[in-house]
Amino acid sequence: MSVVVKTIARILLPVILVFGGYVILHGHLTPGGGFQGGAVAASAVALLLVAFGPGSVKKLKAPFSILEDLGGVAFVLLGFLGIGTTFFFNLLAGSGGLFGAAAPIGPNPGVLNTGGTVPLMNWAVGFKVLGGLGAVMVLFGLFGGDDDR
Amino acid sequence: MTILAILQVVVLILIVAGSVLAVWLKDLLASVIALAGASLLLALQFYLLQAPDVAIAEAGVGAALTTAIFVLAIRKTQRKEEE
Repeated sequence: MSVVVKTIARILLPVILVFGGYVILHGHLTPGGGFQGGAVAASAVALLLVAFGPGSVKKLKAPFSILEDLGGVAFVLLGFLGIGTTFFFNLLAGSGGLFGAAAPIGPNPGVLNTGGTVPLMNWAVGFKVLGGLGAVMVLFGLFGGDDDR
Repeated sequence: MTILAILQVVVLILIVAGSVLAVWLKDLLASVIALAGASLLLALQFYLLQAPDVAIAEAGVGAALTTAIFVLAIRKTQRKEEE
């Protein structure tokens, strides 16, 4: 692609990735969550692929596959974390540890450090969606040789 | 309230216009860009209908990822539609 497209892509790429991370991190407070944030982050891969050609993302194929596997395994393991009570029992909510603060009652702007296992599951789903969609994009770009036209 | 209703109808008409343009255009790259515009307006419509969750998913998947896949497919085949 042209110099204009490449320059704009260089500027926008970190912004898109940070916004995807923001949507995942605030999944339990604001609209969005794991899938939406992962899709937004995967659109950064799409931008990379369209602007710089398939050769630029060739090395990302194996990491994306591993990321997808890790996301799925992490989600199931977080589900099994509360197996002492029930499957998917929110063991970490209100425990005082990571994401364990007590959620305030009544109208409030939202406390990030709440939710228990829900934000961690959002991260697992986000990495799984980023890995899956990213791997699909990379494989599609590499299909039939990686000529940079 | 009425301004919001008028805006929703205008956005709907623009979505239909973008979709018709995507089918009608012979240059496939322009067609894909029209489809991306229709997708983005659909995301705006979801937001206007109080569904920001769906709007983010539609903007991410519909406007960004499918457009990139179509552009890659055009790059690997040909740009003009045959009669």
